[in-house]
Amino acid sequence: MANQPRIFSIKELNRYIRMKLESDSLLGDIWLRGEISNFTHHSSGHMYFTLKDKDSRVKSIMFASHNQRLPFIPKEGTKVLARGNVSVYERDGNYQFYVTAMQPDGIGSLYLAFEQLKSKLDAEGLFDAARKRPIPAHPRAVGVITSPTGAAVRDILITLQRRFPSIPVYIYPVLVQGTQAAPSIVKAIEAMNRFGETDVLIVGRGGGSLEELWAFNEEAVARSIAASVIPIISAVGHETDFTIADFAADLRAATPTAAAELAVPHLSELRSRLERQLQRLHQGMRYKLQEDREKLQRLQRSPFFLYPRKYLLEQAERLDRLTDKLEQRTRLTAERGHTRLARLRTALASHHPGERAAYAAKRREGLSKQLEHAMASLLKERKLALHGTIRQLDALSPLKVMSRGYGLVYDENEDRLIKSVAGVEPGNIVKVKVADGRLDCRVLDVKGD
Amino acid sequence: MDSINNGELSFEQAMERLDSIVSKLENGDVPLETAIELFQEGMKLSRLCGSKLEQVEQKIEMLIETEQGFQKKTFAPVNDDKGE
Repeated sequence: MANQPRIFSIKELNRYIRMKLESDSLLGDIWLRGEISNFTHHSSGHMYFTLKDKDSRVKSIMFASHNQRLPFIPKEGTKVLARGNVSVYERDGNYQFYVTAMQPDGIGSLYLAFEQLKSKLDAEGLFDAARKRPIPAHPRAVGVITSPTGAAVRDILITLQRRFPSIPVYIYPVLVQGTQAAPSIVKAIEAMNRFGETDVLIVGRGGGSLEELWAFNEEAVARSIAASVIPIISAVGHETDFTIADFAADLRAATPTAAAELAVPHLSELRSRLERQLQRLHQGMRYKLQEDREKLQRLQRSPFFLYPRKYLLEQAERLDRLTDKLEQRTRLTAERGHTRLARLRTALASHHPGERAAYAAKRREGLSKQLEHAMASLLKERKLALHGTIRQLDALSPLKVMSRGYGLVYDENEDRLIKSVAGVEPGNIVKVKVADGRLDCRVLDVKGD
Repeated sequence: MDSINNGELSFEQAMERLDSIVSKLENGDVPLETAIELFQEGMKLSRLCGSKLEQVEQKIEMLIETEQGFQKKTFAPVNDDKGE
């Protein structure tokens, strides 16, 4: 059984081919040389045409967004160089050339080289504004690198003469067209930098065809311009001519005449600047002198110089016034001292010891009265307490018991109460205390219970 | 002052110096002796600048590099109008 083949739609096929073409690096950005035919400029702004050469043709489109800045008007039969990419128009299944840039052929190859070199050097930063050196306001001398014959050098010299006749000019003769032009210009720029007496260089030539101006589009020239230590003004051809040298230069002049104007100031400007400075110098000096003279006059007019005697008298008077003031002050100070002393004495008297003794006696009297009073009440209190105690004692007294007929038996010496028959012998003397007295007795017999 | 006397100053340098002298004088505050010195220097500078401006003879030379170094030749423009 054979494998079932995959079936594609036409759309899928066209899309696949389109993807293939668009991913191809050569087809993504390609230059074509050909002739325009079947040209239509649609009302939408897009251009539809066929590019053909003697063997083949290809359908081409240039969208409005790209053709707006086209430097020429394409016509039937125009030979062109076109840049663009190849893709597929999916609906119709045909491939087309999508043009992004186009110019007339003929000068085409030069133009291509120009664009390529320009974008290469630009990417390197050779044209960066930050690299540009300022053109000096007043150069010591001007260097001119151009052909010694022809309009450019003449225009430059005439203009320099007109603006600033006294400025020294050094011309370094070079070839400005042909194959030897570029190396000759490079050599001149290097030589001028070694020579070192000029502060600005004009590099250029008069107008001509693109081929004639070509030396100024060469990489070596652009690099030596960028490498120059001396600032360079480029002056190539006419106003509309732009060369790589112009981009590399520190300043681009539209024409050689303009370059000379940019290189030196105008003499009359400098004259009036100098004139102004000279006026300010004189005026400043006059002002200074006048100021100092006035200062001197002020000093000379001062009273000291005019009336020296009067000045002395004034000083004597001043001395007297000061003496008076001094005396007055001394007196016042003494008076103030006295007042203060009196005040201090009063204060001191209030602290005399006699005063303190009287106060202490008074206080002592008060305190002894207090003491007596406290003592009396204490005694009274104690007396009452005593009576209480006596009554209690009375109630407990053995005398009270004895008064009911009991007696207390002591030994002979009356120091031991006899509470038992033990230790008592017949014949011992005992003493019996009764309520109202004592009986001295002799023991006749001892009998235990 | 010395730099003026030995003639080394360029026009621009001389103008700058003149500028600063004028500013100093205008600001006052300088002693009279200094002011006089400044004024004299200023006058010298302005004469120097003036003479530099009024040199009528244009000096145009063609520079040719040989093995002996740079040679200056008086330039006589040839006018053959080739548009170069």
